[in-house]
Amino acid sequence: MQYSLLVISQESGDAGITEEDMEWGRAAFDAYGKALDAAGVLVSADILQPVSASTTVSLREGALQIQDGPFADTKERLNGTFVINVPDLDAALDWAGKCPAAQYGAIEVRPSAIVFTDGEWHQVA
Amino acid sequence: MAPGSVTARARAELAARASYGRLIAVLAAPTGDIAAAEDALSDAFERALITWPRDGVPDNPEGWLLTVARNRLRDLWKSAAVRLRAPLAEDPLDGAARDGGRGTGTASIGPDAWDGGSGTVGLDVLDSLDAEAIPDKRIELLCVCAHPAIDPGIRTPLMLHTVLGLTAADIAAAYAVPEQTMAQRLVRAKRRIRATRIPFVLPSLTELPQRLPPVLEAVYGAYAIDWASADPDARAAPDSLAGEALYLAETLAALLPDEPEVLGLAALLALSIARLPARTTSSGELVALDDQDPALWDTTLIERGERYLRRAQPLGRIGRFQLEAAIQSAHCDRARSGVTDWATLKILHTALVRVSPTAGARVALAAVTGEVDGPAAGLGVLDALARDRPDTASFQPFWATRAHLCAEAGRVADARAAYARAVELTGDERLRAALRRRAGALPPG
Repeated sequence: MQYSLLVISQESGDAGITEEDMEWGRAAFDAYGKALDAAGVLVSADILQPVSASTTVSLREGALQIQDGPFADTKERLNGTFVINVPDLDAALDWAGKCPAAQYGAIEVRPSAIVFTDGEWHQVA
Repeated sequence: MAPGSVTARARAELAARASYGRLIAVLAAPTGDIAAAEDALSDAFERALITWPRDGVPDNPEGWLLTVARNRLRDLWKSAAVRLRAPLAEDPLDGAARDGGRGTGTASIGPDAWDGGSGTVGLDVLDSLDAEAIPDKRIELLCVCAHPAIDPGIRTPLMLHTVLGLTAADIAAAYAVPEQTMAQRLVRAKRRIRATRIPFVLPSLTELPQRLPPVLEAVYGAYAIDWASADPDARAAPDSLAGEALYLAETLAALLPDEPEVLGLAALLALSIARLPARTTSSGELVALDDQDPALWDTTLIERGERYLRRAQPLGRIGRFQLEAAIQSAHCDRARSGVTDWATLKILHTALVRVSPTAGARVALAAVTGEVDGPAAGLGVLDALARDRPDTASFQPFWATRAHLCAEAGRVADARAAYARAVELTGDERLRAALRRRAGALPPG
């Protein structure tokens, strides 16, 4: 079963992060990524740039609209994703609890519905 | 009707009662699809009602039901697998549209319901089951129902529905909500179990202390449903659901015999339910615990409760349910001694507040303190509670107890005001009547 661990938190700029915090974060995320990799469950891992770098594209209104900024302007934002492949929700929740961001933000655990691999969409196990 | 058919029907119903949860648990465990397990099992029961009267009851009815239900699941999976081989043509990206399209039907076979992979794995697991020795996975099922990823409000209904086979209509009546609402909430919860892949596993010993309390809470919830708000026409339902709660608690106690709080819960429910016959008069008026006739209490159930409590004690881990059971046991002891041992009750209530400092536990301590140390001391406990917890202003037991203690202290005007507030906060007409009778018995002043 494939799950996305969505990292929801304040951005480092808003949260008053010190260089010391950053150092802790780099070490913690390094260890976390390596632990996921070593366990053989990691599909992909991304920590995103701040939403100030976001650009949002939509054709919902008929014509192409391109806007600066994120889709939703909220205090806490999607700041990273970890896509993992584990047997069940308990395993996914366990990994979510180990994510360093869980200590200052929240991790939304969401199962994949279908994934695109080998040239086509597949139901995921 | 053939001569054997009555017995066969009775045997089928008995098998249904005893086996329902066991069979649902083993059928749903491999894939997490409870709805499909329910459909397959209900097909099997239908088949039993047709073939048992005709061909005789099989030697192992439960094994027969499992085999038939398993074949039915295999058929469902095959047709789902065929569909899956086709490209994903429907709107698989639009979850909302898909849910709307499927409605609240029970079967959930569709492009999203199965993945070829886990379906095949599930089948292997099911095929390897020995119909002669079906494992008991009801604890796993109960843990799924009370999983942290499941809304606490639906955990108790989910247990009643999946483990005991209660219909959405039965549960809806007890909760005083429309049947359609309860049915939808159950369907959604079952879909969530399958979609997020909540595993049917026994929590490890390290996880158990965290995972067990919500399970016990949900079982207790079946007993503690707010009968007051239930439909008066469904009065018969409450007592029967209290019995279901006891059944679940005793099932847990049989499966986890060394967990003191599990035994405590079974003891609490047995001792509480033992007093139900004395709780109302023949004309339907409520009788307060201290005014109940102990001769009406169910001595067999009291003995059963005491046995659970005696087994819990030496395990040496005290907890909320054991303390509440000990409190009920002390009350039940009046049947033997003729008097209520308030001093012991105060010790137990004090310990309960320490372990579980809920508003309810603190109000109960105030009442007992009033009995032991006089009404002024009891009111002191209530005043402290009101300072800590402003929300007690709308907590019915707080006002009912306050009224009683003020009356004892001779503060008639305060008592009258507190009774009035308690009546305002009471949903159950019988309880309102009892409070009005007490207020009416106050001396003038």
